Amino acid sequence: MSEWIISILLLLGGAFVLIGSIGLVKMPDFFMRLHGPTKATTLGMACLLTSAMVYFSTTTDGVSVKEILISIFLLLTAPISGYMLIKSAIHHRLPSNEKTTGKDKIKK
Amino acid sequence: MRLEARFKWLPTPFRSLLLFTVWLLLNNSVSAGHIILATILAIVIPLITYRFRTKQPLIIKPWRAFTHLLLVLYDIITANVEVAIKILGPTKKLRPGFVLVPLDIDQAMPITILASTVSLTPGTVSAEVYPWPESVKSGEKPERKYLLIHVLDLTDEQALIDTIKSRYEAPLKEIFEC
Repeated sequence: MSEWIISILLLLGGAFVLIGSIGLVKMPDFFMRLHGPTKATTLGMACLLTSAMVYFSTTTDGVSVKEILISIFLLLTAPISGYMLIKSAIHHRLPSNEKTTGKDKIKK
Repeated sequence: MRLEARFKWLPTPFRSLLLFTVWLLLNNSVSAGHIILATILAIVIPLITYRFRTKQPLIIKPWRAFTHLLLVLYDIITANVEVAIKILGPTKKLRPGFVLVPLDIDQAMPITILASTVSLTPGTVSAEVYPWPESVKSGEKPERKYLLIHVLDLTDEQALIDTIKSRYEAPLKEIFEC
């Protein structure tokens, strides 16, 4: 039973991380590229860590809860690093996709 | 909005609780020795460091904060699936855009939490908070703050602003009562 849960979580996590990376390659401009790593990868890592938690809780003595901490720290740091990246991109005036609306809202 | 805690010897009760839990989680045990060590650390570290930090509004309604956290976690999962579908779909159909969201909260901590929530949820990444602190003269009453966000696929600007304001900002206002 636990093997099933671990496999499903691993596959799901791997799929999300892969989709996040595909987004990084496929999107046309820097701002759109940021969406993949800030979201899809966070959930993918959460899935992978949960599967690690289930694995170590079932195969070794006692419960393993360290992975919850890693997930929390990831949830805290992912938006901050995303924010720093997009802020520096705006300050460097990186070109955005020509379809982007509301570019005038960026204050110079 | 309250900035000071009630107890002198426990200036930051939530941080102490956090330190206590994190220590036990890191050591992966609830043995008596670790509980004593965690208690000592949870009391001593805040006592040494609380003078360095800038005062932030306290969480007035912990239960409301907990339900809001559950809502955000649920939204993170649904937003992830949504963004995954958009990434895999045709890139040409996406309509990226920048949106300004007027903020009703003006404390640093709630704005940070709101910006992080926005980054983790519905196809949006927060980019900037206006006005910049250095452009506001000291002593002058700061004007209204705006959050600049980048949207991956913008359909209805006003609807998005309303969702962010009612779904994520209103609970934060309630939790911190500012």
